[in-house]
Amino acid sequence: MNAPVDYLLHLADNAVVLGQRNAEWCGHGPILEEDIALANVSLDHIGQARLLYQLAAARMGGGASEDSLAYFRDETAFRNYTLLELPHHGPLVGYAASDRDYAVTIVRNFFYGALMVLVWDALTRSADADLAAIAAKSLKEARYHLHHAADWVVRLGDGTDESHARAQAAVDHLFRYTEEFWLPSPAETEAVASGIGVDVVSLRAAWDALVDETLAEATLSRPAVRGYVPEGKLGRHSEHLGYLLGEMQGLARAHPGATW
Amino acid sequence: MSTLVERTWATLAPLTDPEIPVVSLRELGILREVAETADGVEVVITPTYTGCPAMGQIEDDVKACLAQAGISARVVTRLAPAWTTDWMSDTAKEKLRAYGIAPPGATRPAESVVQFVRRRPPPDEVACPRCGSIHTVVSSQFGSTACKALYKCLDCQEPFDYFKPY
Ligand SMILES: [Zn+2]
Repeated sequence: MNAPVDYLLHLADNAVVLGQRNAEWCGHGPILEEDIALANVSLDHIGQARLLYQLAAARMGGGASEDSLAYFRDETAFRNYTLLELPHHGPLVGYAASDRDYAVTIVRNFFYGALMVLVWDALTRSADADLAAIAAKSLKEARYHLHHAADWVVRLGDGTDESHARAQAAVDHLFRYTEEFWLPSPAETEAVASGIGVDVVSLRAAWDALVDETLAEATLSRPAVRGYVPEGKLGRHSEHLGYLLGEMQGLARAHPGATW
Repeated sequence: MSTLVERTWATLAPLTDPEIPVVSLRELGILREVAETADGVEVVITPTYTGCPAMGQIEDDVKACLAQAGISARVVTRLAPAWTTDWMSDTAKEKLRAYGIAPPGATRPAESVVQFVRRRPPPDEVACPRCGSIHTVVSSQFGSTACKALYKCLDCQEPFDYFKPY
C-alpha cells in the first residue's frame, strides 16, 4: 500500500521546515550545550525529511528527487503546520524589532515533539511498509527530541521570574497554532481510510495528557483556545514561510544542479 | 559457502565509523549483509540516525574499499528493521569504553512512548569510562553528535560522551 504523496509531503515538510528554523540557532545558542543540541535535533529532522522526500519522489516519478521537492516547490505547495514556520519570537507591532526568544523555540519543539512521538508510534503500524520503516527510525529520535524540549519547558517555567514569564508568553502565543493538529486535511483523511495514516483526533487525549503534565510541572498554565485554526498543511501559510524558504532554497535556485 | 562473500567480509573488516575510529562497521551493526549476485556482491548497510552525516562517508568508504580490492559491488541501504544500539557487540562496547565513550545501556522496547517521556531524569546508570564511578550526571541530552549525550563524572570530574540507547 502506498501513502498519498501529499501525506508524505506533509510529514516531510514539517520536518524540513522545523529543521531549517531550529538551525538558525547554530552558532547563536544561548549556551554552548544548547547550540549543539539544537543543531543535532535539526540534523535528525533534516534526515527524516530526506527519507520522506526520497520516498515521495520515488512514488511520483517523472524526475522528482529529494532536492526538487525541498528546493523547487513554492510556498503554497508546502504542507507543514503553520506552527513550525513561525519565527523564534512572539508577534510584533509595526516596525518593532525582536531578538530570538529561546522560550518560543523550546515551547514549539515541545508541542510538536509531544505530537510526533504519538504520530510516529502509530505510523510504525502503517499499511505502507516503507513509511512504517521511516516511522520506526524517526520515533527513536523524536523521543529524545521531546525529552530535551520537556526538560527545558520545566527548567524555564519553574525557573526565575523572567524565564517563567517568557515561557508563559511563549505558551500563550503558540498554543492556538496547535489547533491545526486536530483538523484532518484531505490527505490525512485519505491516508487514514486506507490504513496508512494515523487518525490525529485519536491522539488528542494522549497529547493533552503529556502537555498538561509537563506544563503543570513547569508551573505554567494552559491558555483557553480561541476559534482560530491555521491551515498551513493545506498550503495556506503565514507571511514567515516565504522568508524561510527564500533562505533555504536560494542557493539551489541560483545554481541549479550545483554540486561540491 | 561462497569465497567471494567471505572475501568481501574480510575486505570490509577494517572499516570503521569515521566518528568512532575504534569500532568497525560490522561491530556497530551498520554492515548487515553480503550476498553474491550475478555480477559481484550486494552489500546491505543500515543507517544509524536518519541525519547522521557519517552515513554518506560510510557508503563511500564501503564502495571505495571493495573497488580497491577488485570486488564489483552494489551497496543497498535498508531501513527496516531499524538500527538499534542493542546490535552492538560486547567487544564493541568495551572498545567504546576504552576510547572514552560510555557504551549504551539496553533499550527498553516494551516501554511505551509516554512512559519514556515521563521518565525524567533518565534513570540510566552510566558509568564513567575513566574511573568507573556511577556517580555521574547528564550535562546535555545531545553531545558532540546526535547519538551521544554529554555527561560528567562527579568523582574524577571527567566530562564524557554517553552513547545513548537507540
Ligand atoms: Zn570518573
